[in-house]
Amino acid sequence: MLQVVCIKQVPDTETRVRVATDGRTLDPAGVTWIVNPYDEFAIEAALQLKEKTGAGEVVVISLGGPGVATAIRSALAMGADRAIHLKSDAPAPDSLGVARALAGAIRDLGAEIVWFGKQAVDDDAAQVGPMVAELLALPCATLVSKFELDGRTARIEREIEGGLEIVELPLPAVLTTDKGLNQPRFASLKGIMAAKKKPIEERAADLGGANLEVLALELPPARAAGRIVGEGVAAVPELVRVLREEAKVL
Amino acid sequence: MSILVFLEQREGQLRSVSREALGEATRLAAELGGPVTGVCCAAADPGLAALGDAGADRVLLAKHESFAAYEGAAFAAAVAAAVAATHAKVVLLPASSLGKDLAARLAARLGVGLASDCTSLAVEGGRLVARRPVLAGKAIQKLAFPASPAIASLRPKAFAAVSGAGRAGTVEALAASVDTSLPRARVTGTSAAKGGKVDLTEAEIIVSGGRGMKGPEHFALIEQLADALGGSVGASRAVVDAGWRPHGEQVGQTGKTVSPRLYVAIGISGAIQHLAGMTSSRCIVAINKDPDAPIFKVADYGIVGDAFEVVPALTEAVRQLHR
Ligand SMILES: Cc1cc2nc3c(=O)[nH]c(=O)nc-3n(C[C@H](O)[C@H](O)[C@H](O)COP(=O)(O)OP(=O)(O)OC[C@H]3O[C@@H](n4cnc5c(N)ncnc54)[C@H](O)[C@@H]3O)c2cc1C
Repeated sequence: MLQVVCIKQVPDTETRVRVATDGRTLDPAGVTWIVNPYDEFAIEAALQLKEKTGAGEVVVISLGGPGVATAIRSALAMGADRAIHLKSDAPAPDSLGVARALAGAIRDLGAEIVWFGKQAVDDDAAQVGPMVAELLALPCATLVSKFELDGRTARIEREIEGGLEIVELPLPAVLTTDKGLNQPRFASLKGIMAAKKKPIEERAADLGGANLEVLALELPPARAAGRIVGEGVAAVPELVRVLREEAKVL
Repeated sequence: MSILVFLEQREGQLRSVSREALGEATRLAAELGGPVTGVCCAAADPGLAALGDAGADRVLLAKHESFAAYEGAAFAAAVAAAVAATHAKVVLLPASSLGKDLAARLAARLGVGLASDCTSLAVEGGRLVARRPVLAGKAIQKLAFPASPAIASLRPKAFAAVSGAGRAGTVEALAASVDTSLPRARVTGTSAAKGGKVDLTEAEIIVSGGRGMKGPEHFALIEQLADALGGSVGASRAVVDAGWRPHGEQVGQTGKTVSPRLYVAIGISGAIQHLAGMTSSRCIVAINKDPDAPIFKVADYGIVGDAFEVVPALTEAVRQLHR
């Protein structure tokens, strides 16, 4: 069974944000790049399923500039079999362009499961998975925190507002992973060595025109300087007073 | 400009996020002109006529038994039909777990861009402009829409519902044909969260505890304060990873993004990944024994002190207030 895992390279979550001179994008100077943390759950889920069934192939797809090869290598080092690198030098303008490019690459692979992280921690958009599902006319479940395969039916659990939902989907399907699904493995030294020999197919990504126009990337307005109302128990009455009279939240 | 609002219901109940989206649509309609239409996919009418008061000129009800539970492709087809029927130039959805999925499907289906999890919308130079936090809230992206309709999903609690809008709220049927032969995801069960507490993303008040609480048994202090305030309990990742609290309570970059009226952070240092989930709260209070804890940089009010002393006293003071 062939599984596809779509991964994105993103700035490390500790990155200090500086806006580039164009006023619209992140200044990449000094940024450390990592595999999107949610995508690691997706890679792990695909590898576990392959190990369980003892057969099949895990194909990693990533879209981006030459630097993305590092993210691809780390997925291969974890155990993925091969990769497709959709090359695009310009930063992707929006999710729909990315989803179209990915769907185009996935369409002919014959994948049974297409895995995504629930969102990328740079644009925090949570769109690409369900967009690809729509473009490929596949059933989809987002926010997967538990996964079982019963024949050709995936049974998943997902956390929704105020509870859990159990969903059944026939394969082929698109799934996006949430924290809690598994514990992503670290690549072994053997895995890292093996990854160097695994094939990465490069293709030019066709992102089409922009579907959103980024007018600006701004730093958030600083929260007005807060106030320490006091120390210890003695400060409690003053805190209650300001919450009632100034903030009007009690 | 015609505005369409997706009205989310679950188990026959309209969800509050639907009214928030209607409220914002009403506000935008005052600037853009044009009617506000709601669209609801449901197995039965969840009381849509009442939405005139919440800002709807009319509501389209796509009624089908298979709409009792969410299914992306079928819902997207129905909402796309409503877009066509209303010639909507703007489509608003809640950025709930359901709404985010549906918005993405709809955008792909219509071939237009989607601004998700927006915290504000504005009309600038006659066009819709969306603002949304990116990079875990460390930056705000300002977006415009080159094509129509503009689709935006709205962060729960970041927009205000209205009442007394005095619109008609007429309910009309929207023909919904669901092709049940297609391979579909099917919801086969649900379970409510323990205690039936309001979900964090929809809570007005949240009291969160961190590693400073020293152990799971001490979360009773957090729960008591939350009860006194009528709020929900949240937690930092350190606490969730230690197994003290369930994952559903985690606030932050890999947890929930919340925007309550009041967020109380107790024994939480204020790591950037935690801040990512809570800085859009209206009022932030921090209780921490370290005066240099980063949480004080985002808090509106703080008490430097030991949680084990301050929290019981605060709980008692709040109880006094409500007595
Ligand atoms: C990729 C990634 C994603 C992450 N996602 C999240 C996320 O979603 N949410 C999240 O919260 N974190 C997240 N983290 C973890 C984050 O970096 C911090 O490790 C975590 O938030 C720390 O939790 P804490 O503040 O409870 O604990 P600590 O950092 O240990 O802080 C404990 C605080 O309690 C105070 N304290 C101690 N004793 C007392 C007392 N008696 N009374 C009062 N105060 C006291 C201390 O002064 C300290 O400030 C993520 C990290 C990574 C790398």
